[in-house]
Amino acid sequence: MNALDLLHVDRIHGHGNAAVHALRGLTIHVAAGELVAVMGPSGSGKSTLLNLAGGLDRATAGSVKVDGVELGDLSPKELARLRRHKVGYVFQDLNLIPSLTAAENVSLPLELDGVRRRPARASAEAALAEVGLAELADRLPADMSGGQQQRVAIARAVVGERSLILADEPTGALDSETGEQVMRLLRDRCAAGVATLLVTHDAAHAAWADRIVFLRDGAAVDDTGARPAAESLLTGA
Amino acid sequence: MSIPHGLLALLRHGPMYGYQLRAEFEHATGSTWPLNIGQVYSTLTRLERDGLIEPQATDDEGRQRYALTAAGVSTLGEWFAKPVTHADRPRDELAIKLALASTTPGLDVQAIVQTQRVATMRRLQDLTRLKQEPGDDAGLAWSLVLDHLRFSAEAELRWLDHCEGALLKAAASGRTRPPVVEDDAALESTEERAR
Repeated sequence: MNALDLLHVDRIHGHGNAAVHALRGLTIHVAAGELVAVMGPSGSGKSTLLNLAGGLDRATAGSVKVDGVELGDLSPKELARLRRHKVGYVFQDLNLIPSLTAAENVSLPLELDGVRRRPARASAEAALAEVGLAELADRLPADMSGGQQQRVAIARAVVGERSLILADEPTGALDSETGEQVMRLLRDRCAAGVATLLVTHDAAHAAWADRIVFLRDGAAVDDTGARPAAESLLTGA
Repeated sequence: MSIPHGLLALLRHGPMYGYQLRAEFEHATGSTWPLNIGQVYSTLTRLERDGLIEPQATDDEGRQRYALTAAGVSTLGEWFAKPVTHADRPRDELAIKLALASTTPGLDVQAIVQTQRVATMRRLQDLTRLKQEPGDDAGLAWSLVLDHLRFSAEAELRWLDHCEGALLKAAASGRTRPPVVEDDAALESTEERAR
């Protein structure tokens, strides 16, 4: 089963002559453990795609499934629950809460979901350890570097049993080396079985993906397909 | 690619024989530019003729080793000191192809750009994957070559985006070059369009 399936998805804003087709018949599958990058010029539908995949917006037509669950069939309450349980978000602006420590930021989604404080804290510490920040668990965001804050945001996205990470330009505000560390982390999460859908305009970061989908005017125009064999590289150079 | 200078640079570490030079060269560049042993020997012959290297006593196994001469050391120094100019590089086929495509009638240039974009992106994916692989024993030299290849691929993708943008803009303003018309049929259809 795929972590994310979009099947012939349309998203139309407005009606009649004013209707804008943000997505047209878009089909994308992301398997567990797969990192898929989406590239395209602004206005090509990248943000709409992420909002639909995360259940923040609903498709006008077509099917959106997370872990096999059809989002269109869920009540707002069920949808909110699925979002908190299954889906993690990483944004360009990190959205860390400045008055909470790293561990508190990471455990917050669990506590909101009714997990008790102690097990939530333990899960948060485990997630922070996975991103190499075990020793900074009690620091406030202001006392961390941009790269460390982004790692906290990734820990928050993967804490608990999330099966899907949605990342919107997660490396946007970072220098190239820190950006690379973030991509390495996302790759590690995928190796651990999480599916990631990454939206970026940065080819260097998209290149970390298993597959790259090119979006134009709300439709997928092309993708890089499965990886070719590594050996084909050097002989061609 | 300057093989003579590459070999001179390797001999700066001390005298070496042909097979050793080839192995060291490939090690330093991650086998990106494989050399055949014939190239190595013919280059050594020329370097010796030009007085930049000199043969040493053969080693125990009878292999001919070469060492830099004073002239070789100074030639090498000049090579490192001088920037590589644009004229030293081969013509870029892709730039020529797209430049011509944009003026050739009846071509879907955007499709050509997209085909290239996918190919270049795949190459960047592969290079990125090579960089991720740990336990790389070739060390810094290979890692720098790899970064060069990655940055070149990135630059090419940026340039392709730029080309696409420029083409769309030109199409929107009708500023594409009129086709060179050779035969009457095409000429007539152009005239019809003009009316």
